[in-house]
Amino acid sequence: MKQLMLGNKAFARGLYEAGCMVASSYPGTPSTEVTEEAAKYDEIYCEWAPNEKVALEVAFGASLAGKRSFCGMKHVGLNVAADPLFTISYCGVNAGMVICVADDPGMHSSQNEQDSRHYAIAAKVPMLEPSDSSEVLAFVKRAYEISEEYDTPVFVKMCTRIAHSQSIVEEGERAVLKAKPYEKNIAKYVMMPAYAKQRHPFVEERTRKLTEYAEICDLNRVEMGDTSIGIITSSTSYQYAREVFGDKASVLKLGMINPLPVNKIIDFAKKVDKLVIIEELDPIIENHCKALGLTVTGKDVLPMVGEFSQSLVAEKLGIDNKESCKAIPDLPNRPPVMCAGCPHRGMFYTLAKNKCTVLGDIGCYTLGAVAPLNAMEMTACMGASISSLHGFNKALGEESEGSTVAVIGDSTFMHSGMTGLANIAYNQSNSTVIILDNSITGMTGHQQNPTTGYNIKGDPAGKIDLEALCHSMGFERVTVVDPYDLSACDKVIKEELAAKEPSVIISRRPCVLLKYVKVKPALRVDSDKCKGCKACMKLGCPALCFKDGKAYIDETLCVGCGVCQQLCAFDALKEGGN
Amino acid sequence: MTTNVMIVGVGGQGSLLASKLLGHVLVSEGYDVKVSEVHGMSQRGGSVVTYVRFGDNVASPLIDKGEADYIISFEILEAARYMEYLKPGGQVVVNAQEIDPMPVITGAMEYPKDLVSKMEEAGAKVDAVDALMLANEAGSIKAANIALMGRFSKYFQEASLDAWQDSLEACVPHKFLELNRKAFALGRGE
Repeated sequence: MKQLMLGNKAFARGLYEAGCMVASSYPGTPSTEVTEEAAKYDEIYCEWAPNEKVALEVAFGASLAGKRSFCGMKHVGLNVAADPLFTISYCGVNAGMVICVADDPGMHSSQNEQDSRHYAIAAKVPMLEPSDSSEVLAFVKRAYEISEEYDTPVFVKMCTRIAHSQSIVEEGERAVLKAKPYEKNIAKYVMMPAYAKQRHPFVEERTRKLTEYAEICDLNRVEMGDTSIGIITSSTSYQYAREVFGDKASVLKLGMINPLPVNKIIDFAKKVDKLVIIEELDPIIENHCKALGLTVTGKDVLPMVGEFSQSLVAEKLGIDNKESCKAIPDLPNRPPVMCAGCPHRGMFYTLAKNKCTVLGDIGCYTLGAVAPLNAMEMTACMGASISSLHGFNKALGEESEGSTVAVIGDSTFMHSGMTGLANIAYNQSNSTVIILDNSITGMTGHQQNPTTGYNIKGDPAGKIDLEALCHSMGFERVTVVDPYDLSACDKVIKEELAAKEPSVIISRRPCVLLKYVKVKPALRVDSDKCKGCKACMKLGCPALCFKDGKAYIDETLCVGCGVCQQLCAFDALKEGGN
Repeated sequence: MTTNVMIVGVGGQGSLLASKLLGHVLVSEGYDVKVSEVHGMSQRGGSVVTYVRFGDNVASPLIDKGEADYIISFEILEAARYMEYLKPGGQVVVNAQEIDPMPVITGAMEYPKDLVSKMEEAGAKVDAVDALMLANEAGSIKAANIALMGRFSKYFQEASLDAWQDSLEACVPHKFLELNRKAFALGRGE
């Protein structure tokens, strides 16, 4: 049956149909739904691992044991998983192993827009790149075949517009696979120098064979049209090229982006008058073509920055844009904000009030950096808050120790925060770390993690006790506080910053969007009492605005958390209800 | 020939259900369809946009400036924000609700006035609906998105009422079906 399917769901369907048995991932937009959807198939064991390095090693172990396996991540997750990736490339696989990496050109929900294709080239791992949901499903199945035939892990590279677009797919049956029993093979799987030296030539030979495959396989296909322009493209850029040119150009559509073919490109170039390379982010196809001695148009007109669209491609290649309604000027923008009732807000308000320097991390709480709280001054990558705080305090000593904190979410802490905390415990800086424990991985849409007590299917699982963990690392001062209680937050921040030893504050309250969290009725404003002092507006709550000189509560948004009530000196914010 | 519908609003207003419903309607009518959504950070109260494109053979999943035939908006400022994406004379169906964005909440800017007439001056046809009131009448303000889709269905000649009704049944959890059917009908003015 034909159906409309999200790219990520089609990926999961591909895993199912390919007979995948084990999937281990860490959530990250835009890759998350692949593993979430895969977990709906009882035939596939699925889990959220603490981070991408662990997840990739789990998938490798399963492949070694003889079961088709999968690991999914966003582009920056591949930085974390890069260590096992480069050496697993040498080992190869037993049963097939597929890695999803999802790039985010335009940075809809990411801290950078690195191009994952570099990793495929650097680690010498083949990479397929689908351009719609139906190709996603087909390419995942093909990736397993390539993995087993060429003895290599295989990337299927997604991007936001493939992962989070729905298009029509047709489902197939799950494959019945022959067992691939594990066999001891020290020379293949123990990558110490003597054996790794034997494996590297294998990897080079594998790449040579894969290049031959790239020349003949139908993943790379030519669509001849008008020969005045020849376009080489892949992924979502292929769709923009089709949209702009239709049959007014010829297209070499690359479904396999590493290794790239040589003769296929040279033959295509011979058939067209002018070559244009349309690819988002870095000039990878373009540099390959230039190395073959071809003259191409590419990044000289198309940007390296941000994502493409049909209009951008048309405009940069000199095709007129369409007429439209006029833009309405000077509209206020609408940046993302912490939700009404978000437990992080009370803690950030307190940190701003105490004029703390806040080194931040990756999650919803990165929004603590925006107006009006402006209460975060650094965010780089998963876990960097804690390790950077240690460096900051080692550099400045008492000058910073009493006013500087790290903030990190529960899931990010499990991902990469523990090692930074171990460094503080070991090398002893007088640092104050705040774990914002909202009992879920929030930003990516509510995934369980090792501190929540539930697994990916929502069934009870092991639960790591954050207090016990911190104590066991040697922290004497571990305090739990409710971020809805502003005076308690203020007290604990002042005490822990004044203390002359390292400390951890656990700011604990579940994400207000979790289904089990009972919200209260919207508050209401007693307009006789409201003096219009705007003290409550300092919170930056989207449910609170200012109308006709008084506070105004949007009852469709307010969840009655009561944090604003604590700021009102006139008792003007009243509990709602009937 | 591709027809383009943009669904815009504030993160958390239920645009994903609206696009799921419209996508289902279009597939059941036999079109090739692409729907492009936004997940992640911008869902946190930011400006969100979903693109729905359909026709014989759809290539790009995106709708660009000057390409939208329709804009469905859950909030009035968000409809105004995407005016440049609308074809001249294109139809806007907008929930008249105003939600202050952070620059307004912090006092840095004012919520713009007269947005309906500004959109009309920009070249759009505009139908502003109090979808919250209609949804409330149907039984819950949570059905405002479906009430708005009901109103949109009046303008949308490319699908039959039967397709909408069947798709509501397929997309909405069973226990909320009657509520949403009622909201949809009230949106249509029935």
